[in-house]
Amino acid sequence: MMDRIETREQLQQLREACMAAARKETRKILVCAGTGCVSGGSLDIYAALKAKMEERNIPCEVELAMDPHDDVVGLKKSGCHGFCEMGPLVRIEPQGWLFTKVRLSDVDEIIDSAIVRGEPVERLAYHQNGVIYEKQEEIPFYQKQTRKVLEHCGHIDADSLLEYLSIGGYQSFEKALFDMQPAEIVKEIADSGLRGRGGGGFPAGTKWSQVARQKATPKYIVCNGDEGDPGAFMDRSIMEGDPHRMIEGMMIAGVACGASEGYIYVRAEYPMAVARLRNAIERAEKLGLLGDNILGTDFSFHMHINRGAGAFVCGEGSALTASIEGKRGMPRVKPPRTVEHGLFDRPTVLNNVETFANVASIVKDGAAAFCKVGTPTSSGTKAFALTGNIQNTGLIEVPMGTTLREVVFGVGGGIRGGKKFKAVQIGGPSGGCLTSEHLDLPLDFDSLKKAGAIIGSGGLVVMDEDTCMVEVARFFMNFTQNESCGKCVPCREGTKRMLEILERIVAGKGQEGDIELLEELADTITNTALCGLGKTAANPVVSTIKYFRSEYEAHIRDKRCPAGACARLKRFSIDPEKCKGCSKCARNCPVNAISGEIRKPFVIDAAKCIKCGACITNCAFGAVREE
Amino acid sequence: MLNDNYMLIDKIPVPIEGEKNILELVRKAGIDMPTFCYYSELSVYGACRMCMVEDERGNMHAACSTPPKAGMSVVTNSARLRKYRKNILELLLANHCRDCTTCEKSESCRLKELARRFYIEDVRFPNGKTQPQKDESSVSISIDHSKCILCGDCVRMCNEVQNVGAIGFSGRGSKMEVSTAFKVPINETNCVGCGQCSAVCPTGAIIIQKNVDRTWAAIYDPDVYVVAQVAPAVRAGVAKALGEENGFVAAGKIFAAMRRMGFNQVYDTTTGADMTVVEEGNEFIERLTKGGKLPLFTSCCPAWIRYAENKHPELLENISTCRSPMQMFGSAIKEYFADDGSVKGKKIFSVAVMPCTAKKYEAVREEFKRPDGSDTIDAVITTQELIQMIREAGIHFDEIAPEAPSMAFGGTSGAGVIFGVTGGVTEAVLRYADTDKTYSGLRQIALSGVRGMEGVKEASYQVGDAQLKIAIVSGLGNAEKLIRKIQSGEAEYHLVEVMACPNGCIAGAGQPFAHREEKEQRAENLYKTDNLTQIKRSEANPILGEIYARCIGDRAHELLHVHYHPKNN
Repeated sequence: MMDRIETREQLQQLREACMAAARKETRKILVCAGTGCVSGGSLDIYAALKAKMEERNIPCEVELAMDPHDDVVGLKKSGCHGFCEMGPLVRIEPQGWLFTKVRLSDVDEIIDSAIVRGEPVERLAYHQNGVIYEKQEEIPFYQKQTRKVLEHCGHIDADSLLEYLSIGGYQSFEKALFDMQPAEIVKEIADSGLRGRGGGGFPAGTKWSQVARQKATPKYIVCNGDEGDPGAFMDRSIMEGDPHRMIEGMMIAGVACGASEGYIYVRAEYPMAVARLRNAIERAEKLGLLGDNILGTDFSFHMHINRGAGAFVCGEGSALTASIEGKRGMPRVKPPRTVEHGLFDRPTVLNNVETFANVASIVKDGAAAFCKVGTPTSSGTKAFALTGNIQNTGLIEVPMGTTLREVVFGVGGGIRGGKKFKAVQIGGPSGGCLTSEHLDLPLDFDSLKKAGAIIGSGGLVVMDEDTCMVEVARFFMNFTQNESCGKCVPCREGTKRMLEILERIVAGKGQEGDIELLEELADTITNTALCGLGKTAANPVVSTIKYFRSEYEAHIRDKRCPAGACARLKRFSIDPEKCKGCSKCARNCPVNAISGEIRKPFVIDAAKCIKCGACITNCAFGAVREE
Repeated sequence: MLNDNYMLIDKIPVPIEGEKNILELVRKAGIDMPTFCYYSELSVYGACRMCMVEDERGNMHAACSTPPKAGMSVVTNSARLRKYRKNILELLLANHCRDCTTCEKSESCRLKELARRFYIEDVRFPNGKTQPQKDESSVSISIDHSKCILCGDCVRMCNEVQNVGAIGFSGRGSKMEVSTAFKVPINETNCVGCGQCSAVCPTGAIIIQKNVDRTWAAIYDPDVYVVAQVAPAVRAGVAKALGEENGFVAAGKIFAAMRRMGFNQVYDTTTGADMTVVEEGNEFIERLTKGGKLPLFTSCCPAWIRYAENKHPELLENISTCRSPMQMFGSAIKEYFADDGSVKGKKIFSVAVMPCTAKKYEAVREEFKRPDGSDTIDAVITTQELIQMIREAGIHFDEIAPEAPSMAFGGTSGAGVIFGVTGGVTEAVLRYADTDKTYSGLRQIALSGVRGMEGVKEASYQVGDAQLKIAIVSGLGNAEKLIRKIQSGEAEYHLVEVMACPNGCIAGAGQPFAHREEKEQRAENLYKTDNLTQIKRSEANPILGEIYARCIGDRAHELLHVHYHPKNN
């Protein structure tokens, strides 16, 4: 292992050496080891690749070799590529080929073709609309993205500090520590217009300058990795795929604000992120990049990992700090604000993973370069997790201000199965829905706020025509009610009652006045709840009522689900023309809802029917209708 | 000079004079802002959201947790605010047992009061709490989760003020509840029975465990002879509820009312306090002069004893071996009637009227079992229960003529009376220990720092050659801080008085709920009663000699002292 480095020169020398080694290691197999691909078996594929290469005496290196053999093939476990839909993924360099849906049985062919013969494996390449895309960067999903934060995710070995150095890692930290005054760093961040990527969109530079001003010590840098929105995994991918990038951002914040302790609060449900972060911190400590008197200066920085116990509300700042302190994760009243009295009652910079992951490039390339991407008030890029009824689900990154249309139909490849686009839910349970009338809305903090939604942390659930919007609202309300901390009355009791009402509407038991009652409760909760979770809890209901009120009305008045999604509102009937009176349906009905005489048409008693569908599957004549 | 440091509350300028939050300012402006979770003695929690105010831009602020800002203008009543408050109340009612007619908090329930005030006519949601969910395991308090509105007052009291931490929150969302760790019954926790949780509970979710029925049953039983003792603080505690401001007179009226209700003998625990002063005074002087363990911690408060057993077993040797006044007096009473021919054949039932819920636990402790297996005290009823019984009996308290306590234990001293207020035990012991028995001596003691409502007081007093250093704490959280100072060597004392309830027994959880001002009046009341008493010093109480001669003899150690042992958990 490497010796501890004590000076800036030693760091630079080591980085140079890493870069040189990386330049030599041109041939590489990168097996995606993000959570999605791992659950698809990518680690077995990696092990098989390694075994086969060794069997065939093809020299391969799993670590960055400082003095590599000329013919060496790097075999790496990379972070998430984002194209989870197509996983497990294997990337071949230098060609940039991406093999999709790779199986264990493909390993021999990959070695034979791609490594030995230097030819792509066509059947493993991505194809769309009859076009085969051999190279990763040519695939429309990637072509339409601007990957800045996720730049190296999927391209480097997340467990290797040397690889991070080989792509210029810790250069920004070095610059911040030696070439900049703390105030200059803060100014650079402020000038960049970087806004918190966790949902609030608060300017990071303002936050940093407020903490930098505080006299009380010690100060803390806390990274919020408690990504909890259903379907969101932007932060997880960064922590798993490029952990040093985020750590470097936190260290720069430490230099800028005069803090020497950093805490990463990460979900315990992200074991791989925890393991990679832990490994990254350990390696940085061994190398002397973390610890006391870093690079011979008087700057010290220690990093701690706290695992969250699975409470969504711990993504809220004051609940998060309470949780780190060992208390119940409950938001407290503000003021005092976190920047003054945060973790352990001390001044605290609290940003999320993606925000910190943006810092290094701002310090390195300057605020002006950062501002070139995005909109004037929302600079930079934003990562989104695309899920739902869309062709390409996965992790994407686009400039702030990209239109919804571009994301859904460009990057996302449109709606799956040729269905019609209906809406997206953006911002998770705190966000709202956007409809086809919003397709040309630029996705940035301010435009979304105006439309009644929020960027949130970047969860984007795409819904097609078969999705019931009342059910969507019920789903998110159920989530919020379960995840409310229970402290303040409007959130605890109000969301419970809203959920009750939504549940009865989708069950066909909605009453006249329910929509108004929902609106009334939403108004009270939004305006009186203690924390952000409560204040935004009603958003999915409010926005679905706003854009899809008729769907609510159909459920309540006609006991009908226009999308045909609510099982309990389906109606079954027997077509007397088609029914032969065989009685099979009646014999198979679990609740004896079907009756009739043999050889005459049978009828279903709607009052008894539980909509299980047993009659449909048992009818040989297709006589049972479902509507 | 123009002073622009004010805020507009409902368009009226209200000067900002160090108020921590808008709520205090609103109250200063004469508005009774509705809240469930705001107590100035507890940390700001901000959970009930009833105290919202609206600013000029239509933004909502929780008044309890928003600092006042000069020039800011808010209204406390608007169409929106009214709607939100009514909604919040309706939501709370929807999840609350609504059997108000049988709820004992009915008269003083904050939820009921605000529901009436905001005229909630209908609850549009199905009731989620129709069945009681009770924990009756404690002899001190009774918990019913179906009446809990989760304001968190009890949790903060137990954790912040009392440092006990027997209860906290468990569960999330609508499944959240106030709970012990792992939901074990409360008597299996380190609950000390101080009952302060019940004192701050705005609804009937935590109430005092009642002994009213048992006491009535004893009174009605022709084969039972019921004797009672009434603690000093009780006479100050009934003031507001029964309308007698003078403690001296209130005590007499209580004695008279209890006789009317059927108690056979009624005594004053002040006599027991005098016994304690003598015993504890002697113990203190002995420890001082013969090199015993110091500081000497007082032992009158059963909640403090239990706290020490749980958290500071190492201090048990420092705690006075004296039984509490209730127990000393109880021993004397049972001894007295064991010989008395007049009640032969009748079972003696000894009732103690206390400001305290922990006394209910003290009464059933193994240490105080008599040789025949019976308890020294058979039932403890709190001031609240006494008031209930007086009302039940239909006695017009304002009309009843005061009477003296019964003989043979009828004598009391002023030193015994002030036991009910923080610093009182110390003052009484100093009166006993001091060699200067003049009035000026009394005045000096009173001015030495023992009086006042602060949670931690320090006093220094010269007795003979010795300069005594004394600390007086009330509230177990304060006790904990002081213990840490003593154990770290930062502070050193000869005597430490500990009362578990902030401000002492006058603010005990068995008393009717009171805010700070009323607690101060109660303390004042006891000092005035002391002023009215001819005998100032416990040792001067002429009845003591008779009690010792007739009931105690040479069995003081057995009857008046006790050794506590660390709990095995």
